[in-house]
Amino acid sequence: MDSHSQAHAEHAHPTPGLYLKIALILFVLTAFEVLAFEAGRGGLGAGLRPIFEPITVVLLVVLSAAKFALVAMFYMHLKQDPKLLANLFVFPILLAATIIATLIILFQYWRVVGAK
Amino acid sequence: MSDAAAHVMDHPTSTGIDSKKVAIWTLIGSECLLFASLISTYLVYKGKSLVGPLPHAESQCMLHGKMQHCEPIFEIPLVTFGTAVLLFSSFFVVLALYGAQKGNRKMLVGWLSMTVLCGLFFIGMQVYEFSHFYHKGLGYGTNLFGSTFYTLTGFHGSHVTVGVIWLSTLLYRAARGKVPPEKALNLEIAALYWHFVDVVWIVIFPVVYLMR
Repeated sequence: MDSHSQAHAEHAHPTPGLYLKIALILFVLTAFEVLAFEAGRGGLGAGLRPIFEPITVVLLVVLSAAKFALVAMFYMHLKQDPKLLANLFVFPILLAATIIATLIILFQYWRVVGAK
Repeated sequence: MSDAAAHVMDHPTSTGIDSKKVAIWTLIGSECLLFASLISTYLVYKGKSLVGPLPHAESQCMLHGKMQHCEPIFEIPLVTFGTAVLLFSSFFVVLALYGAQKGNRKMLVGWLSMTVLCGLFFIGMQVYEFSHFYHKGLGYGTNLFGSTFYTLTGFHGSHVTVGVIWLSTLLYRAARGKVPPEKALNLEIAALYWHFVDVVWIVIFPVVYLMR
């Protein structure tokens, strides 16, 4: 394999078969999200509510992060494309997550302090 | 890229990556921060509304000039279906791109049409949802939930609308045979924007509709 075809193979986008597998995984993960929501509010039986209610938010965050990563890696081709493009996306994502976490913590802090 | 033709660039760059691709990723990066601020605002004011309607709980709300008992406002099955449609539209647009890179015009036009239809369905769902909520007493200034909900989902909806217009122009050109393999990068850039709209909804859907 010469250097051009080697570079070409590294940057080869996935095939329609892999795209379909990703689509089905995304669909299943969305179904799990709704099931977690229903279980957390007692929609799937009162017995499941005490188990799922405390972990619903964590489950939803994990499932949506998995969906986000699958779309970014395979449909947006970050897994195959040059690292520079991944950095252009990942750095703002980290910054965005920091902004969201900081604001929530800040407002919760002032809510607690204000209540005292 | 899967097709050598897709590597054709308008001009050489120091990074070896087409400038248009770097530009769309930079735009997407900046849009991440825009949506982070909107999602933060929604989360910070979550559960702080003084009157209804509320997303997941029964409440007292002002409707037709008097205080009334209001049911929870969200319709999860409809939005879940809309979410699935948006997810599948991302699948359809990568198939359209695959067709464009392989010079398969039938595949390109067919899957791109499906993508545009999915986008239109999602916009229709959002218009229905907004008008339905308005008739249930949730205006933009009714409570903190209404203001933050309409701002966040409205901004996302406007991005979907831009994406549908962009993809429709490419569909029009593709149907006339004006998106050959060497121009597939134009579709790839539009597809990146469309996927971004999709990943933003992947975050908004659980944060707004499923977290109680």
